[in-house]
Amino acid sequence: MNKSHRLRLPVIAAAVTASLVAAGCGSSSSSGSGGSGGGAAASAPGITSNQILIGSHQPLTGPAAPGYSEISAASNAYFQYVNAHGGVYGRKIKYTYLDDAYDPSKTVSVVHQLVLQNSVFSIFNGLGTPTHLAVVKYLNTTKVPDVFIASGCDCWNNPAAYPYSFGWQLDYVREGKILGAYIKQHFAGKKIGYFYQNDEFGQDGVKGLDFQIPHSQVVSRQSYVPTNVNIGPQAAALKASGAQVVVAFSIPAFTALLKLAALRVGWNPTFVVSDVGSDPITLAGLLEAFAKQGGATVSGNALTQGIITDGYLPTLGNMSNSWIALFEKVHSTYDAKAPMDGNVLYGEAVAYTFVQAMIKAGKNPTRASLVKAISGGLPQGPSVAPYNYSATDHGGMMGAFIGVIKNGAIVQQGPVWTTDTTSAGAVTQFSGTQPAAPASGMP
Amino acid sequence: MTLLRHLVAALVAGAVIWAASVQLNAFRDFQMAQIAVYVVAIAGLSVLIGLSGQISLGHGAFMAVGAYTAALLMLHLNWPLWAVFPASAAVTALAGAVVGLAAARLHGPYLAGATLMLAVALPSLATRFPGVFGGDQGLSVTVIPPAALGATFPPTRWLAWVCALAALVALVVLANLGRSRIGRNWRAIRDDPVAAALSGLNVARLRVLAFVVSAATAGLAGAMLAVTTSLVSPGSFTLSLSIALLAGAVLGGLGTLTGALWGALVIVLVPTYVTDVATSHGLSGGVAANIPIAAYGAVLILVMIMFPDGIQGGLRRLAAPFLPTPPTRLGSPGRPPPAGEHTEGLDSPYRRPPVSEHQEEGTS
Repeated sequence: MNKSHRLRLPVIAAAVTASLVAAGCGSSSSSGSGGSGGGAAASAPGITSNQILIGSHQPLTGPAAPGYSEISAASNAYFQYVNAHGGVYGRKIKYTYLDDAYDPSKTVSVVHQLVLQNSVFSIFNGLGTPTHLAVVKYLNTTKVPDVFIASGCDCWNNPAAYPYSFGWQLDYVREGKILGAYIKQHFAGKKIGYFYQNDEFGQDGVKGLDFQIPHSQVVSRQSYVPTNVNIGPQAAALKASGAQVVVAFSIPAFTALLKLAALRVGWNPTFVVSDVGSDPITLAGLLEAFAKQGGATVSGNALTQGIITDGYLPTLGNMSNSWIALFEKVHSTYDAKAPMDGNVLYGEAVAYTFVQAMIKAGKNPTRASLVKAISGGLPQGPSVAPYNYSATDHGGMMGAFIGVIKNGAIVQQGPVWTTDTTSAGAVTQFSGTQPAAPASGMP
Repeated sequence: MTLLRHLVAALVAGAVIWAASVQLNAFRDFQMAQIAVYVVAIAGLSVLIGLSGQISLGHGAFMAVGAYTAALLMLHLNWPLWAVFPASAAVTALAGAVVGLAAARLHGPYLAGATLMLAVALPSLATRFPGVFGGDQGLSVTVIPPAALGATFPPTRWLAWVCALAALVALVVLANLGRSRIGRNWRAIRDDPVAAALSGLNVARLRVLAFVVSAATAGLAGAMLAVTTSLVSPGSFTLSLSIALLAGAVLGGLGTLTGALWGALVIVLVPTYVTDVATSHGLSGGVAANIPIAAYGAVLILVMIMFPDGIQGGLRRLAAPFLPTPPTRLGSPGRPPPAGEHTEGLDSPYRRPPVSEHQEEGTS
């Protein structure tokens, strides 16, 4: 059109490309160096003579942050305890956990950053099923250990496709089977209703329940999606079916909504709730908050009374358990600002397991030696049942106990049960006992 | 001539990006691909708002349409990338046409509300039909570099190349469209729909067309996002994505393609950079986690106060004394042309002139 326009375009093109380059150069000088500590001790990316660098993706902000954001801080508290007590073969653990806000696109971004930019040795305890699914293939093709994923999805346990990935917590299929076996035994002939989250979590749980509970006993199967809080129709359908026992594979908010919906219509079945949705402290708070929004006042602890659930870690508040005593001690020293709840216990326990695995991986650990160490089996630690790690099983814990909520705390009922993820595998009583925590607090 | 100039500019940019991608480490290559995704998405939105004068809070949903189209084509039909990208843009253009037909009858807050609804509702279709769309887990797609590049070729560099090429093609198309008769007509209906209608322009058709073009661009960006993140799931297309795109367009400078680049740079680089700084200074987890959000907000506020026309507008104002005098009819020499000037190029940001009630009517 005119001279100025003709001049301006090349200027823009130059600006565009210059800025792209500048953006790229930004801080790349600090990256890629990985083992600057050098020497023979730098046996793998992220390992130096005095440090082990690991990373994670965690929901530190956003809808999943309340509660879950405590986990990574609690893990870090335990790592600080280990570092203060000599570290792992003299190396201190540095734990870099980045926020993905529970958004799978951001998970991809931060995991690329951790692997390519920070050169972490391993990804540890990446949280969430939909989020971690976004990176599990990437981590396995780049051969980065992907250990102790914070999700009970059975999908991680696939050594053929994901040789570098390991689950940790009790998977939802096993959990469903253990709850199902308890229901079959204690509520024989009663009408059962299911209430579950319509994703991998709920569906895996229902799969496990169906392996145990006779199908004729199940009178109604209702699902929900976490984005829709109107669960009135599901509650009405469950009541209309005459269910006397309701099994819920739901997150805490939806356990609370179901309980309140039942209360509103004067229906009082027995509730059996999976570990994920049954933390008494969280539940009581949610029940009171939701009721307040609806203009009612309820006592959270009174409403959670009698809920049947399960647990794979020792129960909180049980100070006679050496593990609880250890984790309470670490918590009060390094992470005192957070409340001592189930999330903190989880974070410290999984961090303990990681230190166990790193010690087993040897004085000069490599990514392959860490995978080999876990595949060779880990000794039972803070969990009530042993691990089932082997070359062909990357799942994690094998069992849990049944508990009942009494006065705002879970009380263990009977023994610990173990099982597998197949339909035929029996639910058997665990004959061993949980070993005591080492006096040093170090594996 | 315009086409030739844009092509030359794109070729130069492509050569520099290629040279940079070879020099930079793998993570920077990945960020380059991410920036390309956001440049395309923001450029499309910026054209819609800055040139045609419509608004959309639902561009995240259009990206979802493009991303799911790309994933389904790659998973079930094994289409190659060069076919997947245009196909995703075409399917999303259809969705844009449907929305645009409704949008042309709405304006102001009503249009914002309608598109907002789209952003909220559309991604949940994926959880409603898990058989097709994979539910919450989404669909997983894998893109590997062609074997000809060798086994050790970094996959992220391939991503950077693919996305940068797609972005340059999209930008050339948008730049030419903006400088063409259609672009001039869009500015006419934006500045005064009544006068434009009296001059014989079909205001409604032009508005729908703007929506179609903008949606197609967003669809392409969605397909690029699918390839970059190797996963398409509803969690990636939240309302906050749509808002971030709008913020990026405003930050960069509405209606300018260079502004789209500034917006994308801010969206991609500020959080990463600030997280690095926050964690390296040993801030506690709760504080460090929220600093990127605070920094993003601070950048947004600062830019809006210092450069109401966005970053590109601010740069132009700073550079004005050193550039050849642009043609003006109202402004004094040496100053950028006043906002809304019909002769403006695509690099001058649009600041919406005050609109009185009667101008907003008679749009159908």
